[in-house]
Amino acid sequence: MRFVDEFRDADKAHALAAKIAALCEPGRQYKLMEVCGGHTHTIYKHGLEDYLPESITLVHGPGCPVCVIPMGRVDDAMHLAAQPDVIMTSFGDMMRVPGSHGSFFDAKAQGTDIRMVYSPLDSLKIARQNPDRRVVFMAIGFETTAPSTAMTMLRAKAEGLANFSVFCNHITIIPAIKAILDSPDLRLDGFIGPGHVSTVIGCRPYEFIARDYGKPVVVAGFEPLDILQSIYMLMLQLSQGRSEVENQYSRVVPWDGNLVALKAIGETMELRPYFEWRGLGFISHSALKVREKFAAMDAELLFDVPGVRVADPKACQCGEVLKGVLKPWECKVFGTACTPETPIGTCMVSPEGACAAYYNYGRMHRDRVAEAAPAGRP
Amino acid sequence: MCLGIPGEVVEIHPEHADLAKVNVSGVKRLINIGLLADDPPKPGEWVLIHVGFALSKIDEAEAAAAMEFLEGIGQAYEDEIAALRESLIE
Repeated sequence: MRFVDEFRDADKAHALAAKIAALCEPGRQYKLMEVCGGHTHTIYKHGLEDYLPESITLVHGPGCPVCVIPMGRVDDAMHLAAQPDVIMTSFGDMMRVPGSHGSFFDAKAQGTDIRMVYSPLDSLKIARQNPDRRVVFMAIGFETTAPSTAMTMLRAKAEGLANFSVFCNHITIIPAIKAILDSPDLRLDGFIGPGHVSTVIGCRPYEFIARDYGKPVVVAGFEPLDILQSIYMLMLQLSQGRSEVENQYSRVVPWDGNLVALKAIGETMELRPYFEWRGLGFISHSALKVREKFAAMDAELLFDVPGVRVADPKACQCGEVLKGVLKPWECKVFGTACTPETPIGTCMVSPEGACAAYYNYGRMHRDRVAEAAPAGRP
Repeated sequence: MCLGIPGEVVEIHPEHADLAKVNVSGVKRLINIGLLADDPPKPGEWVLIHVGFALSKIDEAEAAAAMEFLEGIGQAYEDEIAALRESLIE
């Protein structure tokens, strides 16, 4: 795999690590947040923290849509799915997310008609094939998946499909980052910006972070060298007293994003006044709802959705993990009561959740490092 | 769902210009390329696919790296490919 080697070269990784270490000011501690769950996955899988000096801490952010969906919305979706004429359709990632009365998988096992789809367009086909049923698509995700829901709604409208609707849970990343910046719990020095979300929104929406908060942002790719390169770019900015938005992943992310995608979202959806995020609480203008023009496709209007706020299980500390206040292994139930097979919290459900990534890779990696060098850095 | 899967465009649908047949690890399926209407991909070009929609064009090196990343994710990637296999887009 010669192509892949370009992104994985261990010599290059060590060279970058040395350059990063040389930029650290003695006595100063640095906290950098990787916003995206995909980045968290790469960091744990490749043990990237071991390449970094001890003064740099990577903080895992809220960029995992399955992880931040509040329990009340899962319960609402279960209520919709239980209506007698409804076929609920959902991405596979959502199927194991626990609500207060079990997950989609549990409900499906008990006979509720919940079907796993790859794409919202698959839901459309199910709607065409079942004209006497109402097909609801459980729409989740950041700006990476919102355009797909939007395009599907536009297609349904063009076809005049009357039995397709969307339970819209799309969220937007920028208000979540702002909420973290405004949170008194955590002081961050810079951000590793999300890769795929940025293919849609571009790099400009991050400019306020650099301008108003004085923190650098580097939009990064998903390979280990991408992430080390981005950390180097952040550290270089910090050492020079700069705070700018830079694009390390320009081979995929255009500076202005995908204008067709943004237009489709804008045509079909609008910002909600506020939305609840697991662990972060209510954040204003942080989620999308179906526009009034598409009211006939808005499951929240078509059905009587309970909309009850449900507190997370007491033992669950996903909130602290999502804010970066706790590391996964510091949670009381991590790896004991809460595992990927029987998750209590959402961070353990998705492979991009910080807890699942750490459970699958980081834990074993730490054990190996500890065995090899008991006195070394864990 | 969040995973971007690389696919090589095999052909553009003869009747629907916003649909294309792509090859993802040997699985050939129709996907929607409407989000790339400003610069539509041609057969032989690579795209990054999110939930049935091509979101960006990529080069072959990026495609190989993205595929390796996905294969490393393990079960979630297998689930995603299994879901793509079942996909009914038309």
